[in-house]
Amino acid sequence: MVKTKASRLYGVMAQFDNPSTLVAAARETYAAGYRKINGYSPFPIEELSEAIGFTRTGLPLIVLAGGIIGGLGGFFMQYWMEVINYPLNVGGKPFNSWPAFIPITFECIVLCAAFAAVFGMLALNKLPQPYHPVFNAPNFALATRDSFFLVIESKDPKFDHDEARRFLKSLEAREVVDVEL
Amino acid sequence: MAVSVREVGRVEINETGQQTASFEIAHPVYSKLRSPLILGHKSYADVTRDICQLLDPKPGRGWWISFSVSLVLLVIGVVAAVHTVTTGIGTWGLNKTVGWAFGITNFVFWIGIGHAGTFISAILFLFNQKWRTSVNRSAEAMTLIAVMCAGLFPIIHMGRPWLFYWVLPYPNTRGTLWVNFRSPLLWDFFAISTYFTISAVFWYLGLVPDLATARDRTKSKLRQTLYRAMSLGWNGSNRTWSRYETVYTVLAALATPLVLSVHSIVSFDFATSLIPGWHSTIFPPYFVAGAVFSGFAMVMTLMILVRKLMHLEDYITAQHLENMCKVALLTGSIVGLAYVTEIFIGVYSGNPNEIFVIINRGLGPYAWAYWIMFSCNALVPQLFWFKKLRTSIPAIFTLSILINVGMWFERFVIIVTSLHRDFLPSSWAMYTPTITEVGLLVGSFGLFFTAFLIFLRLFPVISINEVKGVLGYAKH
Repeated sequence: MVKTKASRLYGVMAQFDNPSTLVAAARETYAAGYRKINGYSPFPIEELSEAIGFTRTGLPLIVLAGGIIGGLGGFFMQYWMEVINYPLNVGGKPFNSWPAFIPITFECIVLCAAFAAVFGMLALNKLPQPYHPVFNAPNFALATRDSFFLVIESKDPKFDHDEARRFLKSLEAREVVDVEL
Repeated sequence: MAVSVREVGRVEINETGQQTASFEIAHPVYSKLRSPLILGHKSYADVTRDICQLLDPKPGRGWWISFSVSLVLLVIGVVAAVHTVTTGIGTWGLNKTVGWAFGITNFVFWIGIGHAGTFISAILFLFNQKWRTSVNRSAEAMTLIAVMCAGLFPIIHMGRPWLFYWVLPYPNTRGTLWVNFRSPLLWDFFAISTYFTISAVFWYLGLVPDLATARDRTKSKLRQTLYRAMSLGWNGSNRTWSRYETVYTVLAALATPLVLSVHSIVSFDFATSLIPGWHSTIFPPYFVAGAVFSGFAMVMTLMILVRKLMHLEDYITAQHLENMCKVALLTGSIVGLAYVTEIFIGVYSGNPNEIFVIINRGLGPYAWAYWIMFSCNALVPQLFWFKKLRTSIPAIFTLSILINVGMWFERFVIIVTSLHRDFLPSSWAMYTPTITEVGLLVGSFGLFFTAFLIFLRLFPVISINEVKGVLGYAKH
């Protein structure tokens, strides 16, 4: 492998054969003081998030906001159309027939909350993302099959190229490679 | 869906290719008492290979035969639809008394079918039913296609389908005359379009990690471009997974009341009217149970065909089918209870019109349809009490088709027998479908199977990432 300069480096990547060794390695890496670390796996692993110190996400709040906007928007859309903009007597019912507005209000809540959830998730995950440095790693196509990876990013304040490589090698990794930008 | 790491088993797997000499299975084990969900001692690589290779080769003869037959049915439907639209609704057997019949029956039937997918992917997810992972992907696809089939009927029924956007509340030149938000038909429009959107999003979201798997594996240039675009650059990072899991749970929690609301609102189309036989407060739960019931019957029919056609016996096992039979038994019993309740309430009401509807259904000119409905929906599922029948594939297949037939007749009975003899005996009439209406029904099945067969060829039929998560559900 050609040695790359640290400035052109995204990070150092270790490959593991199973989720347990990945989680164990992630715990040790976190304990060693690295913070800009990330795991890559073919399926979600709950312990891994705790291991790399990623426990909080703002998503639920985004969803709540979406639901509130959808609910208010849905109800007052109907209110404005039926009461203010063009009041029409339908079978002698009051203009503000709020119980009849509830089903559509409900559907609007669900629709907006779900869109907030999905688009919020995509935005926080920076998806769609056509290019990502990790794809430069030689075996990385296996990350969607049966291989597990741990990356220490070069942005980490504690990052030192040789030290990080040595550290990851000590963690039962199958292979440790540099990931170029 | 998420895996917790507890135990590491060690099995050597021979793998061709230089990059991966040998891999260990390291499935976390959930329970040593349960039987495994996936048979055949699969490793993660096996799962990827098994599901992805279904996309690779040229489709076999079985697929082409099914596809041609479906396409012929679809063409029949297109001809019938063109005939209806160019000539008018007069080509249908409707009359002044029976203004809703075949079209609305098909609509409610397909919407009902469309309930199983979201039930499996949302409600069973919240109840932590791991067995759903093998069937949720195709059940969700089935839902989407069924809702599309359903949506076509009211649109064709409008007579001038190109004006269907009039049901949208958009600023228009008619004095900005808005749609009537007090009408259940409009609620229906909102409910179904929301349901379709959320189901599509849910299905696509589940598909993204698997499309990334397909992207990293396929050799075809065209497919790689498609999967690359559709997988949005997914790289399986833990932060991504973590937010993905959160969103999946949130969506499941949102879709659960949604799926219950959709058929409730469909039932409001009937329940809020004054027609005896429709004007009934048990309609929402009765419709929802019937929808899940018919949806599961259709999932069972499809899954039995899919596992045979695509050799997925290790993934969709007898246990999966048995579990679905149990859901069908429960919901079928609720439907049966609703039938009996309907009779009791009708008679107990003391209202001569209500009593007449009950008698007319059981003994009138459409009694044959009523008894097909009653036997297929209330009696047939009771056979699932027997484990022998729940675990026999031919028996499940036969019973699931009977249930589908029964559920179609349920909607026919509810709609036609209530309408054809209403309050005024002078306006009583009979309804007979025309060949055009039958053609539309046939065509909707054509559309359903054509679209489903294309789905089977284009996307991973089983959720690869979720199945990997349940490999260690039990010790082999």
